[in-house]
Amino acid sequence: MALVGAILVVISKNPVHSVLWLIVVFMAISGHYILLNAQFLAIVNLIVYAGAIMVLFLFVFMLMNLNADTEPQKNKWLKIAGVVAGGSLLLVFVAALKNADMKNQLAVMNKGEIGLIHNLGMALFQDYVVPFEISSVLFLSAMVGVVVIGKKD
Amino acid sequence: MPINYYIFLSLALFCIGVAGVLTRRNAIIIFMCVELMLNAVNLLLVAFSKMHQHALAAGNPGAGIDGQIFVFFIMVVAAAEVSVGLAIIVMMYRNTHSTDVNFLNRLKH
Repeated sequence: MALVGAILVVISKNPVHSVLWLIVVFMAISGHYILLNAQFLAIVNLIVYAGAIMVLFLFVFMLMNLNADTEPQKNKWLKIAGVVAGGSLLLVFVAALKNADMKNQLAVMNKGEIGLIHNLGMALFQDYVVPFEISSVLFLSAMVGVVVIGKKD
Repeated sequence: MPINYYIFLSLALFCIGVAGVLTRRNAIIIFMCVELMLNAVNLLLVAFSKMHQHALAAGNPGAGIDGQIFVFFIMVVAAAEVSVGLAIIVMMYRNTHSTDVNFLNRLKH
């Protein structure tokens, strides 16, 4: 389901449809997080990506009044070259990892407690306080930067 | 579930993102493909964190929690990146009335 959604994100002509398919992809990835018992990340993925960021994308699309007609045309050969490049990257990765020795390594489903909010919060505020504060400064600077860029000059 | 399945799923998602960045010319869709690649990496990090926890669970109950913290920070950085990028795209649209990345050629003049 994630793969079909991802392919449709790339090939759909209308950008708004592309955004909607991307939301489907994020829902599928959140489902995988829940299966891996990473509940905090699943909820954050839904709220931040499928909620906030996708609304931001849709808002920009509506602001610019884009649709399939205004989609920029491009060379067919360039498109084929892009697909071939992506496919060969996939081929190289698959060939490199096909014989890797991890048949007996399991990603445990439905148990384990490290994905719960309590444990993640303890790790975040005990071992990772400094990166947390730095990321808050990053957010502040991003906010200031957006206001400066978006200001009419 | 074997870790192989998650590795190949993430690889496929990542490569679809790469192909999207290379083929599309609309700047906003390129941003969405970048988000797709970031999410593929996030999924792989979570799967590896669960694998690590399974491997080291005996003496170390908190093993593998670092991976999920990293995913959290990747999400933070991605959110900041998207906001700044969309602001840049809006400003570019205001100047050129298009989101075609080819118009950015004129930056070099």
